[in-house]
Amino acid sequence: MPKVTIDGHSIEVPDGTTILEAARKIGGKIVPPAMCYYSTLKTSGGYCRTCIVKVSKGSERDPRPMPKPVASCRTTVMDGMEVENITSPDLMEARAGVVEFLLINHPLDCPICDQAGECHLQDLSYEHGLSKSRYEFERRTFEKIDIGEKIKLHMTRCILCYRCVKVADQLCDGRVHGVINRGDVSEISTYIKNVVDNDFSGNMIDVCPVGALTDRTFRFKSRVWNVNPVDAHRDCKKCAGKVMLWQKGPEVFRVTGRKDTYGEVIDWICNECRFDKKQTSDWVIEGPSNIERTSVISQNHYTLPEPAHKPLLNDVKIVPDHYQIDNKK
Amino acid sequence: MGKKILLKNDHIPGIQSYDVYRQHGGYASVEKALKTMTPEVIVEEVKKSGLRGRGGAGFPTGLKWSFLAKPEGVARYLVCNADESEPGTFKDRYLMERIPHLLIEGMIASSFALGAKTSYIYIRGEYFYVARILEQAIEEAYAKGWLGKNILGSGFDFDLHVHVGAGAYICGEETALLESLEGKRGNPRIKPPFPAIAGLYACPTIVNNVETIAAVVPIINDGGDAYAQIGIGKSTGTKLISASGHINKPGVYEIEMGITVEDFIYSDEYCGGIKGGRKLKAVVAGGSSVPILPAELILKTAAGEPRLMSYESLADGGFATGTMLGSGGFIVMDESTSIVKNLWNFSRFYHHESCGQCSPCREGTGWMEKILHRILEGHGKMSDVDLLWDIQGKIEGKTICPLGDAAAWPVASAIRHFRKEFEDYVQKPSSIKDVKHYYRLHEAGTAS
Repeated sequence: MPKVTIDGHSIEVPDGTTILEAARKIGGKIVPPAMCYYSTLKTSGGYCRTCIVKVSKGSERDPRPMPKPVASCRTTVMDGMEVENITSPDLMEARAGVVEFLLINHPLDCPICDQAGECHLQDLSYEHGLSKSRYEFERRTFEKIDIGEKIKLHMTRCILCYRCVKVADQLCDGRVHGVINRGDVSEISTYIKNVVDNDFSGNMIDVCPVGALTDRTFRFKSRVWNVNPVDAHRDCKKCAGKVMLWQKGPEVFRVTGRKDTYGEVIDWICNECRFDKKQTSDWVIEGPSNIERTSVISQNHYTLPEPAHKPLLNDVKIVPDHYQIDNKK
Repeated sequence: MGKKILLKNDHIPGIQSYDVYRQHGGYASVEKALKTMTPEVIVEEVKKSGLRGRGGAGFPTGLKWSFLAKPEGVARYLVCNADESEPGTFKDRYLMERIPHLLIEGMIASSFALGAKTSYIYIRGEYFYVARILEQAIEEAYAKGWLGKNILGSGFDFDLHVHVGAGAYICGEETALLESLEGKRGNPRIKPPFPAIAGLYACPTIVNNVETIAAVVPIINDGGDAYAQIGIGKSTGTKLISASGHINKPGVYEIEMGITVEDFIYSDEYCGGIKGGRKLKAVVAGGSSVPILPAELILKTAAGEPRLMSYESLADGGFATGTMLGSGGFIVMDESTSIVKNLWNFSRFYHHESCGQCSPCREGTGWMEKILHRILEGHGKMSDVDLLWDIQGKIEGKTICPLGDAAAWPVASAIRHFRKEFEDYVQKPSSIKDVKHYYRLHEAGTAS
């Protein structure tokens, strides 16, 4: 099994593992952020460039460093590879650059965005972004589109991570969802604005890292930190039926899939569970969901998080804190 | 006269047609390859010739060919990249227009060497009329038995198709070209795997430029060693240069590698000097994406050596004082040219052509164009120049394909060598409304 060293932490992983997955096995702060990579969607990743890392030693056999930063989500590890992530100030600056690019055309309408509080772009810009934008031009905008009766596409907020395209390709039948146009005016669209009519199309909402795809049954109903997530399940013929219910009192505001530490859905759920079962009587409640303590959603509640992969070295402070590197600028 | 190999017959009337081409020694390389050589021997000859990819990167062709995976029972493909879209480059068009059979001959011989039974010429959408010329030539070649089943009784079956793209610069990137050829959106793939392992329809594929494939013909005819004799050092053979800009004789020239840049610009055989006898200001030596160099650095290297037309000499000094041979799009600018305006035009192009797949290029190219436009219109700020420098640094090397680099290098080099001009645009917007007026002031020493 190849052995890879990431920011000084070594781990042995099976052949074909990507640098990002290896980092996730180590856990903690050295895990590169990922906006487009989704472990359960094939061929995802490589587009957003936030997960770039510096390979300072290619492998035991060919120790030359790689000339450019590589996308850790799409680069497989080699035996003896040495990777620098948060230990490399150059790389942190490059990543800050990518975050800036992602933000220059983002509307920053968080105060009215349903995704606020569970938005990966918010987390990313909080950690790596500048406090002030250097972009002084008009931001691009698009018309809002309804794709299907339950999903709203607000393209202006999109960062073109292609995750929803992969969901449409891999979970739904027929190719009706894709990207049109080119460059900075490319947009996610459906074939002549057709509805995405499929039982699993709702998973697009869960994979969207920003507020570009939102649940029309939940839009503007509540801020996410004012509803309490609980784990629940039901006997569903189409999907695993394991979901999170977002409740305020007895009322169910929305239903989503359960997510792991990295915000990835563990089991895809069907549209019937997501959109039509909005009564507590439809569900068997298991108890409060595990929510990352640092997330806004955990403001009012509860349990300690238990990450999907247990961090081994979370508390060992061998590497400098990347917040410190950030503050030097 | 310099040595001509590819264009030695281009002045002959009717060379476009099969009969005239054949009379002048056409298809001899196919005869020689199929009858007397094995694929391995041809690959070896190409390696010996030192031929380097003529599309821009200059990667040794023989080496690339030897990387081709050869699993049992899996088809292999050769794809000719005729998606020539680099601003300032038009050599492939000239070659295909004038001597279409040379490309077809090269395709047959190269495909035989690589074991490809089907090959494609991917031509850019704007060259639809060239595609018709090629299609007609292919028809003639089929009729004469150079294509199809059992060519020359050797048992080699080969089919050649022309595929017309839809007009996107990005499809000149080899993996985007393959995606487009498969009928998908022309987005570059993430490498690895490289096309030599999994390319067209996930089969091993070699993608070569038009000029590279054409150069295989003389290599087979005269041998790799003879080809390696031409040129200088590791830049062997001849190169087609598309010369444009403020010169007396713009056009496509075949040069022997190693002639001096000064010769190329000023001799009557080639560009014939600067138009109107004006002074040389700057040269973009290899198509719009390579760094621009000011007159003093393009004629002489930083060490004071005369700069030669070769891969090594043009790259001498790295990006600080050098550039690249690239695809051979030689754009000459005289003293009346505004570097800022020219750079804005390049940036506008890259903004328009970015595929939008990865964030630094999608967002950064547009941002750079907007800032340059602002400077050009006289509303720039002094901090804009530093901001441009910062943005290009954050695009370069962070993207999936080289389009990000291609967009960043012209910006970086223009600021590196002509920073003062940007600052003048910011500080004296009134003097630059009319660019020619600005230069008159500059000569009189009042604008500095």
